Amino acid sequence: MQLIECPYCGPREEVEFHYGGQAGVAYPADPAALTDEEWGRFVFVRANPKGRFEERWSHAAGCRRWFTAVRDTATYRFSR
Amino acid sequence: MAETLTRTGALDGWAARFAELPDSVALLAEPFHTMTSVRGETTLRPNTWVEEDGFDAVWLGPDEVLRTSPFRSAAELGGTDVSAQRTTIRLRGAHARDLLETGCAIDLHPRVFGAGSAAVTLLGQANVILLCLGENDYRILVRSSFAAYLAEWLLDAATEYRG
Ligand SMILES: [Zn+2]
Repeated sequence: MQLIECPYCGPREEVEFHYGGQAGVAYPADPAALTDEEWGRFVFVRANPKGRFEERWSHAAGCRRWFTAVRDTATYRFSR
Repeated sequence: MAETLTRTGALDGWAARFAELPDSVALLAEPFHTMTSVRGETTLRPNTWVEEDGFDAVWLGPDEVLRTSPFRSAAELGGTDVSAQRTTIRLRGAHARDLLETGCAIDLHPRVFGAGSAAVTLLGQANVILLCLGENDYRILVRSSFAAYLAEWLLDAATEYRG
């Protein structure tokens, strides 16, 4: 168990948070123009680095806001 | 035949069990509080609540404030009426903080969480809004459907303070 820093509430217990996957995945400008494969890539394919990873997190049991945090996938440590 | 509708609370019927507790962990299901949600920018500081003109204002997020009052109507408070969402429990006594600390991960020491502090967090497994009213004096706002669970949890956690 560790504390995660909510940018609004401050450090809170990890169980209060909900994981939201890779950050910065842009919604296609013209979704209708995408092929099925391109749409599939947008929906399902994500980076899977070992190390620093920018992620979306939601403070689900607190202020319920989404924020972007940087976590090391090898150590599980958060950095800012 | 005219029917009379009576307002009931999620913790009606718990008074007798609460009354068995010692004064060091006194529990009270408080009377109905009107609650409204007000969205938009706020000057309230994060993790605090303040007494305003006829209501309490609780910081819930950077653009969300909960107004509560036991005697004002939702229209008087302004915002969206969310009174039915939560019920209100008061916990006070010499061991009030000790009891909460058995099921709440945030630091409740008065130097961090003194009078005027507020937190949306977990108590046991329930999502609550926890307000510090003074030393060893707390108001707990809990969703009505979780109120019985939380009351049961509080009673269980209070076991060690019974005589
Ligand atoms: Zn938060």
